[in-house]
Amino acid sequence: MTKPVLYITRRLPAAVEARANRDYQVRQNPEDVPVTPADILRNAEGADAIICCPAEKLDAATIAALPASVKAIATYSVGFDHVDVAAAKARNIPVGNTPEVLSVATAEIALLLILVAARRAGEGERVVRAGKWTGWAPTQLIGTHVAGKKLGIFGLGRIGRELMKLVRGFDMEIHYRDQQKLPDTLAQGAIFHDNDDSFLAASEVLSLHAPGGEGTRKWLNAERIAKLPKGAVVVNTSRGTSIDDTALIAALKSGHVAAAGLDVYDGEPKLNPGYLGLENVVLLPHLGSANAVTRDAMGTRALDNIDAALAGKPMPFPAG
Amino acid sequence: MAKPRVVVARRMPREVEARVREDYDTWFPAGPPPSPLAMVGAAKEHKADAVTIATNLKLSADIIEALPKHVKIVASFGVGFDHIDVAAAKAKGLIVTNTPDVLTDCTADLAFLLILGASRRAGEYEALMRKGWREALGDRLGVKVSGKTLGIVGLGRIGRAVAQRARGFGMKVLYTDLARLPGELEQGATFVPRLQDLLRQSDIVTLHAPLTDATRKLMDKDAFAAMPAGSVFVNAARGGLVDEDALHDALKSGHLFAAGLDVFASEPEYDLRFRDLPNTFLMPHAGSATQETRNAMGFRVLDNVDAVLSGRPPIDPLWS
Repeated sequence: MTKPVLYITRRLPAAVEARANRDYQVRQNPEDVPVTPADILRNAEGADAIICCPAEKLDAATIAALPASVKAIATYSVGFDHVDVAAAKARNIPVGNTPEVLSVATAEIALLLILVAARRAGEGERVVRAGKWTGWAPTQLIGTHVAGKKLGIFGLGRIGRELMKLVRGFDMEIHYRDQQKLPDTLAQGAIFHDNDDSFLAASEVLSLHAPGGEGTRKWLNAERIAKLPKGAVVVNTSRGTSIDDTALIAALKSGHVAAAGLDVYDGEPKLNPGYLGLENVVLLPHLGSANAVTRDAMGTRALDNIDAALAGKPMPFPAG
Repeated sequence: MAKPRVVVARRMPREVEARVREDYDTWFPAGPPPSPLAMVGAAKEHKADAVTIATNLKLSADIIEALPKHVKIVASFGVGFDHIDVAAAKAKGLIVTNTPDVLTDCTADLAFLLILGASRRAGEYEALMRKGWREALGDRLGVKVSGKTLGIVGLGRIGRAVAQRARGFGMKVLYTDLARLPGELEQGATFVPRLQDLLRQSDIVTLHAPLTDATRKLMDKDAFAAMPAGSVFVNAARGGLVDEDALHDALKSGHLFAAGLDVFASEPEYDLRFRDLPNTFLMPHAGSATQETRNAMGFRVLDNVDAVLSGRPPIDPLWS
């Protein structure tokens, strides 16, 4: 019996590719770069299933144009705002994602960005590496203290809750904003805000953990930034679209926001060039999940989703 | 009544300098920071009752000997005191003080920043972002921190604050010290009497020991060899604790996955070979570099001066 055809848009970790090659005829993009909708449609011809990544847009038009052979789509990510799940559903193509396995890894990046941004470590690293370090002085490179500050978590889902666990040792008071108050077993004493104003006013350190999409598009705009305490630190490891870049750049320049740490960008891998020259922003290339154990676990989930769907069973990790 | 006279040999944060000017008849350096000998000259000329210094002003036996008798206290800004010959100060009856406690949280935050930054390759990735992120990350993945075993060398105040942070990460914490600590200070950390045994069992090692003759180059070739392949090394204590040739070799060979360094054997003229390694995260001795902490350190310096000049015992004496 011939193996089903699986189109994988990017290179995946060796162990994941090995399993894919064992079970499927794998079609792969030899160059490890994001592909266009046209590439996807061409490669999907005759394929039974697709594994895609966040940089590839599978909008309604692309999904409508997919060949009839495609019976399942799995995104190698927890976010799925790049896939029009409703359009896929209309064509009876199940869509799966990879939740949970990257929660801790992403929360680690959020805390890393909080510390690095607040403590001016991006700038410090550049000073040292450039050989421009003039010596220790009591007044040099003074950053923002993290321990004891108020942390505002926008979206207390899995990743937000993992972050809450990670900061337990940092004596921070946790505030959160979500559509509704979570049960205490999940909120663990974090302070709920039912409105943006009081949440922002409390957020000396603001970390975004809400899903992308239209509901959160440019949520952090000039008006909301103005409601943050002066000298606040802003961190985003969720989706770049949640931030109005122009407004954040202006606030970083004025000092209203003391520092920002970003792992995600609106339109990535392109990012607003206004960030590149700023000293008080720390920039990472969307590596929330970038460690070997997590990336393997994500691959396992993506393949579990495809295996199930092609066997006529429900996906174990359906998107939405 | 005339105010007591204080030589401020190293600049301190603005609010601290305002207080010292208010309370004392002060001498400040007009130009660059004075050498130890110039400090002695200023103390004589100004007929100083007290001198304030920082960790980058070496108080050797001959400098202590040369200080005029009217200097009753030398108060140092910082917790480390390897720059002070405490035995010589004791022999002369000169009170010397440091500023413990107030920088514990801040330094522990920075040590954790280095753990995350080194493990998750933040230095390397930040540099890539500044160049515009035009290359794929490929398999350049980091090391997950959560759930790993952390080895703490020196479970003093800062070491314990790092252990507290590690608990939020679900890490197993091992420590070595001169002797086992009482249970209420251990807080679940496991004592390992021998350094080599601690190193062998740790995924991540962080130094929090003072620099003394006994600890100089504690981390030598054998020590790094004892660490497991792929482990991470962090130093936010003192550069002198490390044989930098051995560290460089262990990083270059890939035996160590990465290192996070806030301190160097020579500062600011640190060994530039570390700059050329991609697997280092480098900071310019910024352990205590937040406004709140630097102010608190400065006020602690003045509290010690105030105590001694008003006939009370010092708060943080280095000998008794």
